[in-house]
Amino acid sequence: MSTPATKNIDSATLWGGKGSPFSISYGKLMMWLFLVSDALTFGGLLIAYGFIRHKYTTEWPIAEDVFHSLPGLDGHYPLIYVALMTFILIISSVTMVLAVEAGHRLDKKGVIKWLGLTVLGGLFFLGSQAWEWDHFIHGTSGYVVMADGQHATFDTHGHHYHDNAELYAGADLVLSDGTVVTGERKLSLLDNSLKHVQGANLQENEYGPQLFANLFFFITGFHGFHVASGVVINLIIFIQVARGAYDKRGHYEMVEKSGLYWHFVDLVWVFVFTFFYLV
Amino acid sequence: MERDDIIEYSLDVHHSAEEGAKIRKKIFFVTFLLSAITILEVAVGIMFGRGTVSDLTWTIIKWFYIILTLVKAGYIVLVFMHLGEERKSTKYVILAPYLLFISYLIFICIVESNFINSVLSQFGVQ
Repeated sequence: MSTPATKNIDSATLWGGKGSPFSISYGKLMMWLFLVSDALTFGGLLIAYGFIRHKYTTEWPIAEDVFHSLPGLDGHYPLIYVALMTFILIISSVTMVLAVEAGHRLDKKGVIKWLGLTVLGGLFFLGSQAWEWDHFIHGTSGYVVMADGQHATFDTHGHHYHDNAELYAGADLVLSDGTVVTGERKLSLLDNSLKHVQGANLQENEYGPQLFANLFFFITGFHGFHVASGVVINLIIFIQVARGAYDKRGHYEMVEKSGLYWHFVDLVWVFVFTFFYLV
Repeated sequence: MERDDIIEYSLDVHHSAEEGAKIRKKIFFVTFLLSAITILEVAVGIMFGRGTVSDLTWTIIKWFYIILTLVKAGYIVLVFMHLGEERKSTKYVILAPYLLFISYLIFICIVESNFINSVLSQFGVQ
């Protein structure tokens, strides 16, 4: 394959003007530079996460204990759901690179098919993330702040309760010193408790240090915002392809540029996945 | 008027159907690789959680994750984003500044958070 970048040009000609020494078009180079700056933003966020994570070495929540649910099922499935999300994003990245390849053959039908699937994959990912956030915000049984200010948790014996009335009636209460309380005394303690913290938001977080929830919302939210804008960009390019705008232009470089952005979104998720869910 | 200062690099990247088949083969290979790595990572993540294994094992697993992540990132950037096929000056102008800034940021943050952690544990705050 002979692309402009593989042509053998001596450096005097290459850097002598009249053409880009990078042998790529202005638009593509600018997209790359934008991605470098965006990657610095995400790099900074993830390193800030690492900094704070390192500071709270022992009390930081273990991902398998936080993310272990699947929609519609009650069991304990650590990491399966987020692995599914990762897989959706990888596959949509593959369909994108296939759309770029079809564009290089000026195969309009192929581009429409693969770009359409990419948009679909992006929408699936966003839907999955919405569920993940919803679940994270609603949380599990959480903890109760008792009248003396100590935190007590519930022992549900693996049972999944659908509302708090069932939870109070069915689960055992475990005080901060490890005492298990049941029956009448449990109910009276719960009646006198100060509050019940379930799930996570920007003020409270049942899973661990408050910053864990804040960083989760900010980093996955910022990534989700990128996915959402990527879907919009891909959709615009999709419409342009369907209208035949790039046939008239003679090349499908716009598909390549939006593809660069889309792969970047996948690239960021690879790192978010590792540092949020695995390490 | 015909302009001679704009070179349409994009017109030169077209390829034939046979070349396309070869490129697709490579894409499917990378797809398989990325999926296999992800499945491996999740399997290890389910089997060995932090806190259930010794500190040494956890350190090994942590580096195992980080190396596999960098392998995945390399394949995405070099194959899916086609950076591997670009001219050397393009690769450098994109990768060199990024790696320079990020490696410094990683260095300074790890040094500082180690210090804060040691202060917190020394004075019994944590």
